[in-house]
Amino acid sequence: MFPRPIEKSSVAAQYAYRGALPIALIIWLLPLLAVVMTSFRSAGDINAGNYWGWPTEINVLENYWAVFNNSPMGVFILNSVKVTVPTILLTLTLSCLAGYALAVYKFRANLFLFFVFIAGNFVPFQILMVPVRDLSVSTGLYDTVTGLVLFHAAFQTGFCTLFMRNFIRALPFELIESARIEGVGEFKIFWHLAMPLVRPAIAALAVLEFTFIWNDYFWATVLVNGQHAMPITAGLKSLNGQWIAQWHLISAGSLMAAVPPVAMFFLMQKHFIAGLTLGATKG
Amino acid sequence: MSAGSPNTTLSLRSRRLALAPWLFLTPAILMFVIYVIAPIFQSIWVSFYEWDGLGDKVWVGFANYIELVDDDRFYTSLKNNFIWLVLYMLAVPAGLFIALFLNQKVPGMRLYKSLFFFPFVISQVVVGLVFSWFYDPSNGIIALIFAIWDGSPPAILADERFVTYGIIAAGLWPQVAYCMILYLTGLNNVSPDQIEAGWLDGAKGWRMLWYVVLPQLRPATFIAVVVTVIGALRSFDLISIMTQGGPYGSSNVLAYYMFETALSEYGYRMGYGAAIAVVLFLIMMVYIMVFLRRMYVQEKEGG
Repeated sequence: MFPRPIEKSSVAAQYAYRGALPIALIIWLLPLLAVVMTSFRSAGDINAGNYWGWPTEINVLENYWAVFNNSPMGVFILNSVKVTVPTILLTLTLSCLAGYALAVYKFRANLFLFFVFIAGNFVPFQILMVPVRDLSVSTGLYDTVTGLVLFHAAFQTGFCTLFMRNFIRALPFELIESARIEGVGEFKIFWHLAMPLVRPAIAALAVLEFTFIWNDYFWATVLVNGQHAMPITAGLKSLNGQWIAQWHLISAGSLMAAVPPVAMFFLMQKHFIAGLTLGATKG
Repeated sequence: MSAGSPNTTLSLRSRRLALAPWLFLTPAILMFVIYVIAPIFQSIWVSFYEWDGLGDKVWVGFANYIELVDDDRFYTSLKNNFIWLVLYMLAVPAGLFIALFLNQKVPGMRLYKSLFFFPFVISQVVVGLVFSWFYDPSNGIIALIFAIWDGSPPAILADERFVTYGIIAAGLWPQVAYCMILYLTGLNNVSPDQIEAGWLDGAKGWRMLWYVVLPQLRPATFIAVVVTVIGALRSFDLISIMTQGGPYGSSNVLAYYMFETALSEYGYRMGYGAAIAVVLFLIMMVYIMVFLRRMYVQEKEGG
């Protein structure tokens, strides 16, 4: 283990380390703590310039209620859910199928296709912007939740296929071989043999994709115009324009946008990190 | 039993094996081609036109690219992208530093690690809003610090000299967290035997880190550099939230300048925007190629 385990240091050093941890954490998360504090403040505090001192009153319910009541925040959150969940289902379906094909079958275009999926995953969004927007307008999908879902699902298929392919590759191939010799059909092998084994990969991708899609701002701006289909990221930006300097409301709104991915991360931490650090250990 | 039957079953089976991957791949390829591959070529094609997104396209040849050569705003954006790229790299050593700090086994460490990772999980829109407020010269935290010495705080986001650095600092916060988690995972897999051997050879501290640990962390470093480069070149959200490229275009980057040209009140110049996107794409292609090359070598070695 590196650095040298702290248990092997002097008692004083151990206490110093344990004392330093929370202090470092508070400094690191100061921006978030400030937002949480501010979302509790009253409008009076904000107007009086009391941003950093102790709040004169705690207005949790009032502020969050005001955000829900005076803005379409509820609609934004619902839209984000309506974009995120179907995208995950669709992109996982596509990439399980494609990743399986690339991992299990030998054919000439295999590596080429694999590399196309990887490369596509890295391209800047701007090179896709004009044509994708144009396509959405001409098919009537502009300014709809469906339009966002289809784009996200297609784009994320690149990353998810890379992930799935590498995961399935690491499974014992003999299982598939012996099933083939038994005469089991190809799709049955995929469905009954491979899919149960890739559950951890599916879980990892689901949480990762949840945060990616939930936090997307660019496509929410480019493919959506009206509030009826606007996800929370773009919605928050538009509210920021209305609530000039009403930091208690902006903070409360920000936290509402931040909570779902943070909760997702906490619930599925192991899978999340496994997905994110793919490739960081071997090779 | 005829002698031909094993042959026919074999060829049937091999034909099925040849067809199966394409059945599995078709839906994904179709979606990927429609939304990712084809648009790249369409954008290159649009960059040779003058087009407002609605009316007829007018062929202008290389005129958009020639215009770029004389466009000061383009150079400002390019220069800022370069600053982003260089300063964003700080996330890699900073992430390593925090990972080393946290790589201990004391009670509650798991929770500490997750909490340090928080900034990466939240939306950049939220990060942008929080930092805008921090930088606010009338009541942000910067103002508070300056008030201690009765100084007047700089208006970071309204000052052409500081604005880009201010936004990069906000972007570094989640990026450092990302690099940290990559290194924590990497450190978990560092071989204890080699560390032990290092101790016996009298290697300590920096020497141990440099000669024994870092070489083993190479895969983590590679991924950290790749995601940081991509992150720097993709920077869009923070600029859109914090300054919209201002003041006077001084905090623009290619990704945002492209958007502004093609889709904002500054005019709907799709062709010119596409030309900017093509430049950004070509810059990114360099890094994509480096990454693919490495993947290719790995594939060949791994079999």
